[in-house]
Amino acid sequence: MRKDYLVLKSLVKVFGSGEKAFRAVDNIDIEVREGELVTLLGPSGCGKTTTLRMISGFELPTSGEIRIDGEDVSTTPPNQRPTTMVFQNYALFPHLTVFENIAYGLKIRRESAGNIRQQTEKIMQLVGLEGLAERSPAQLSGGQQQRVSLARSLVMEPKVLLLDEPLSNLDAKLRVSTRLEIRKLQQRVGITSVYVTHDQEEAMTLSDRVVIMHQGKIMQMGSPQEIYARPTNRFVADFIGKANFLEGHVGRLTSNNALELDIVGKKFKVLVEPGSFSEGQRVVLVVRPESIILEPVRPDTLTGTVLEAVYLGSQMVYEVDVAKTVITVEIANPQEQMVFNAGEEVTVSFLEKSLHILPYEDAH
Amino acid sequence: MTEANRKRQEIIGNLRLIWKEPLLLVFIIAIFYFLLIFVLFPLFMVFKTSLIVDKQFDLSNYLAIFSKRYYFQPFINSMILGVLAATAGTILGFVFAYAITRTPIPFKRFFRMTATFPIISPPFVVALAAILLFGRAGSLTPFLSRIIGEYSIYGLGGLVLVETIAYGPIAFLVLYGVLQAIDPALEEAAMDLGASRARVFATVTLPLSIPGIASAWLLVFIESMADFGNPMILSGNFRVLSVQAFLQITGMYDISRGSTLAILLLVPTVTAFFIQKYWVARKSYVTVTGQPTGATIQRLEWYIKLPTYAACFFFTGVVFLFYGMVIWGSFQKLWGVDATLTLHNYVEMFQVGKGYIFDSLKVSTWATPITGLLGMFIAFLVIRKKFIGRTTMEFVSMLTFAVPGTVVGIGYILAFNQKSALFPFVLTGTAWIIVTLLIFRNMPVGIRAGIAALQQIDPSIEEASTDLGADSSKTFRKITLPMIAPAFFSGLAFSFVKAMTAISAIIFVVSGDWNLITVAILGFVDNSQYAQAAAMSLLLIVIVLIALSIIQLLVGRIGKGARTVSIVN
Repeated sequence: MRKDYLVLKSLVKVFGSGEKAFRAVDNIDIEVREGELVTLLGPSGCGKTTTLRMISGFELPTSGEIRIDGEDVSTTPPNQRPTTMVFQNYALFPHLTVFENIAYGLKIRRESAGNIRQQTEKIMQLVGLEGLAERSPAQLSGGQQQRVSLARSLVMEPKVLLLDEPLSNLDAKLRVSTRLEIRKLQQRVGITSVYVTHDQEEAMTLSDRVVIMHQGKIMQMGSPQEIYARPTNRFVADFIGKANFLEGHVGRLTSNNALELDIVGKKFKVLVEPGSFSEGQRVVLVVRPESIILEPVRPDTLTGTVLEAVYLGSQMVYEVDVAKTVITVEIANPQEQMVFNAGEEVTVSFLEKSLHILPYEDAH
Repeated sequence: MTEANRKRQEIIGNLRLIWKEPLLLVFIIAIFYFLLIFVLFPLFMVFKTSLIVDKQFDLSNYLAIFSKRYYFQPFINSMILGVLAATAGTILGFVFAYAITRTPIPFKRFFRMTATFPIISPPFVVALAAILLFGRAGSLTPFLSRIIGEYSIYGLGGLVLVETIAYGPIAFLVLYGVLQAIDPALEEAAMDLGASRARVFATVTLPLSIPGIASAWLLVFIESMADFGNPMILSGNFRVLSVQAFLQITGMYDISRGSTLAILLLVPTVTAFFIQKYWVARKSYVTVTGQPTGATIQRLEWYIKLPTYAACFFFTGVVFLFYGMVIWGSFQKLWGVDATLTLHNYVEMFQVGKGYIFDSLKVSTWATPITGLLGMFIAFLVIRKKFIGRTTMEFVSMLTFAVPGTVVGIGYILAFNQKSALFPFVLTGTAWIIVTLLIFRNMPVGIRAGIAALQQIDPSIEEASTDLGADSSKTFRKITLPMIAPAFFSGLAFSFVKAMTAISAIIFVVSGDWNLITVAILGFVDNSQYAQAAAMSLLLIVIVLIALSIIQLLVGRIGKGARTVSIVN
């Protein structure tokens, strides 16, 4: 298994020129391992689709390099690249049957008729399209069309499979089941894949690694757990899940990998990477709503005022004013917990292992 | 319930609906009457006349046509002309449409406007320009004859050239819509799966545009076969049906033979129309919505760009050359004899041609609003109402598009030069025969505009307005009207253009009292007064352009951002 199966090196794409020049992709570096599924995640216009289109060959990079399995394909035309793409709107050929759609690439590759039939039938079985060979795409449901599109790409046994928001045209329920199917299929076939989406839940459930992009740049790259628990900047923290930000400074370094965080004079223990912060440094605490504990007011603790309390059945959601910052708190199982009302003073504390701090500069 | 029973129930239901709205019933009957009188009756008269010789039923006209080469040859010639012009026009239109929808060619708007310009100009202007350029005293004749030797612009070659320029733009508009509706992602998908550019074209782009290509081909075939103005000027010894029918009637006073020739012209064009409408249109994979899909393909090799760009520049150059030539020619004292620049033609045009211009303007201005309103009303009935004969009404009213002008013109003189049981008035010689002819001939345009206008309105939009507190008259003024106005007005604009530039049917019904500018231009050409003809053609183009800009301005004022109607089907 090579670690650098797909390599994007200093990749830049500029659209237009002069004053109107727009850096859609701004110097990104990504390495994808063989068999890995990497998701490019970001808001619309972040450059994720442009990146995918450069890998597939539909856009030429302005500068930088794309290597697949050690071979430089930066300028190779799309039809000669070992990649296939699952399009957002599936792009099924309306004038061909399901079978002909899936067999299209094999036919272009001049495989023997027997071979084409065998491989096409095998892949149709794999994705669950048995019995639909002679249908035309217009006679299929959205989910079936999606599977034809996937089968058409997979049957080529590409080195890298590209998926451009493949689930965005399905209804919510189908989306959840299909993304599990795609993940299982991808792991079973062991195919290296790059998946573009703007849906964070999709990215979290599908990926080995997630690449968060914003304005053409990579904001963070890592496993779903890393991205959620240890965002390296405010954008990522905010984009993935819900996050509260509280300003403070480093009180003192208590050990190699722990420090004392000072928020308006109150101290909290935070676990950090050794040597990443210095005493007195301004920092921002990132804390998820579910990692906050509310209690009746006790002396000498961080306190806040409940602004709003909303009962959602499975949880209570509070808006709390803490040191002039409004934070969101989610308390699970409200039946088992103490309930506070708007206007009440509360003591605010945190689940220790969930605390994460960022240097002040990275959080703005 | 059995099928027959269900049908009966449905009919009774429809009848009941109609009884509830007696006014609607009156209108429906009136429209059927008008369609009968002004569409079917003239056609019937042409048929009848072709079958009657010396007041006796007689097949001799048809037998003569198949036995005498003099009659059969024009049929063959017209077919050859139609096929060649349709093929050339479709290829041209496809290359142009491909360049504009699939390549990053610069100045797309400019190319599109130039390519569609021949549609709004009187078609025979192209033939006039061809004479000015390549005729006996043509500007490029000495140059061209040095390259290809002695030639004559009169005949099949010149006609194919002229028809291609005049009607190729129709193919362009059809194919532009079709190519634009093909999702570029399909071509990308094919390429992604390993197909080369040529393979993508052969396996995806071409198969998906085949129905569009067939449509375009058939439309150009109909138009160039039925064309009268260009062949009248340019056919020389290459006899075609439309001109022969005209000459039989006006030169030989043999209206029976003329009618027979007209029927021969009618058969292939109507056949082509039905193939286009009911067979080809159904085979389509793409729905032309007017909404562009996605971006163009960014990476294109030079061997695709070079020929398509060259073709676009070349055709645009030709359009400029032809129309520029008309401008240049209009300022010459006497074409081919005295090349002194002068404004004399314009002065003379206003002196001699004033009557023609005003007559043309008058009949067009009368006919246009009626065409628009009638078209709108028929569209409304056909789309929103259920009544017996609904499909018949649609069929008959669209039929006029497929019937060559020559046939209509002959039909009108036969039908309205005496009183009949159906219609107790004589129209021949009056302005009414011209106005009614224009109305019913351009009605498909009005109906298409009406359908487009009605499609703009989702009933829930009007409901939303009422729901927000507007009463129904306010809803109509603030919501309905602005939505239907753009399509309606652009339909009006196009029927006005067609009325002003009409010639093939009109030439049969003009009279001493009512004569039109297009007929006058043809007269000038006939007398070899090319400079005068050029000046008058130019005036006609200017009038049409002014009318179009006024409508454009009105549409821009009333309906913001709404769609306009396409001017071909």
